Amino acid sequence: MSAQRESQVAAAQRESQVAAAQRESQVAGASREGELSLGAGAPAGALRAGEGTPAPTVPLRRAVGALLRKELLVELRTLESVPGMSLFALSTFVVFHFALNRNSVEGDLATGVLWVTLLFASLLGVNRLFVADAEEGGVDGFLLAPVDRSAMLIAKELTLLCYLVVLELVAVPAFALLLSVPMAHALPDLLLVLALADVGVAVVGTLVAALAVQTRARDLLGPLLGLPLLVPIVIGAARATSPLLVAGHAGTPAARWLAMLALYDLIFGLIAYAVFDFLLED
Amino acid sequence: MAAVELEGLARHYGEREALWGVSLSLQRGQTLVVLGPNGAGKTTLLRILAALLRPHAGEVRVLDRRLPEESWQVRGEVGLLAHEPMLYRSLTAEENLRFHARLHGVQEQRVAELLAELSLSERAHEPLRTLSRGMVQRVAIARTVLHEPELLLLDEPYANLDPGALDLVDPLIGPGSGRTRVMCSHDPAGALREADVVLGLREGRVAVQGTPAEVSAEELEDLYR
Repeated sequence: MSAQRESQVAAAQRESQVAAAQRESQVAGASREGELSLGAGAPAGALRAGEGTPAPTVPLRRAVGALLRKELLVELRTLESVPGMSLFALSTFVVFHFALNRNSVEGDLATGVLWVTLLFASLLGVNRLFVADAEEGGVDGFLLAPVDRSAMLIAKELTLLCYLVVLELVAVPAFALLLSVPMAHALPDLLLVLALADVGVAVVGTLVAALAVQTRARDLLGPLLGLPLLVPIVIGAARATSPLLVAGHAGTPAARWLAMLALYDLIFGLIAYAVFDFLLED
Repeated sequence: MAAVELEGLARHYGEREALWGVSLSLQRGQTLVVLGPNGAGKTTLLRILAALLRPHAGEVRVLDRRLPEESWQVRGEVGLLAHEPMLYRSLTAEENLRFHARLHGVQEQRVAELLAELSLSERAHEPLRTLSRGMVQRVAIARTVLHEPELLLLDEPYANLDPGALDLVDPLIGPGSGRTRVMCSHDPAGALREADVVLGLREGRVAVQGTPAEVSAEELEDLYR
């Protein structure tokens, strides 16, 4: 190496040291402002898989907020998931209306129509959940950041939950109108069932979507993996909904089915938290 | 102090060896230029250094951290500019950079500074899909240096950039940036100009290695024949 190059490298090394000192100072400043947390504030995920002492990291809440904001912004711009899910549900209710050849449905039949439609509509959203990240390198961009990987799990679950809420804001009134389902008095109880089922679909759906997106057959694998795992949610939700959709609203949702939905949500929430890191890993 | 130290690094995809027996040392502030035909293992090497891929054999130390065991501590200290810009086409340049700034805990005023530095302020509010490839590359470069990484991993960083844009990005990712750089390139002459260490790969194995004084342009051009 020439003397000129050696002096260039020495100068670059000096600049590098200065830049490193500046970076450390910036990190310290940011930390004071609550932008970063150190050591004890590091997320549990930072200490997983024997990765040593955690480095400065962005708090989980901030990371989830950034990811969720980005997810909703992308959906707002592309309209690739929610409109498709909603249109699918509306079309399916119309098909049921003509296929059943009835002006109104209630009880078990109404419950079946509602939950099967919501299940398949939600699978459309599940299939699209990681597509933008996979196609545009978003997962790598996320993995390069000093952020607990659970942030992506939580943000995706919340995103899917938002999609499901919007879907149901469209689909449930349409269901009541198109199939003349008696549900005005049952609405508070129905909302409880919908909320418990939505959490389950969001948790299971995120897990399945993260797994499927790694494969070339993701469009096929998502529903194939998702349907068996979502069946218990449909069973619990249908059993809990059935007494609500009868003329005069005779019943209330059985507590055991609500408890079953809550337990399923909890179990899959824990499973998703435990395995999500490994799904993102090489 | 070494920024990158590799000893017998190997990585395979199924039966195919993507990298085998790569050993080198790169000091802080130095530039390593990696050359080789498509499929030679350049991108795999960058992804291992970025802690996105696990090495299957050998020792890897990046910024004094052993990978993959201490990969958590390397994240946030490296900036990876890959072929894929890691940006969302439906979002604007500003929205993309703000998103990454939040993920890295960087103050958002840095986004405006970088957009201005790269002459992107006027188009900062347009969706990325409406920008030219060169502009997207500039946004990707802004994303790469947003958090002031100590180590830059650059996969053909000057692709799609016109001469004016080259001048704009040079202070950020060029030799004068003061950062340690590992750069993939297909330009032997440029490599000899910019590098402190040159690495030529062929089918995942080291074919040429040394300082620019030890390596000739012909040897590097032979990698592509």
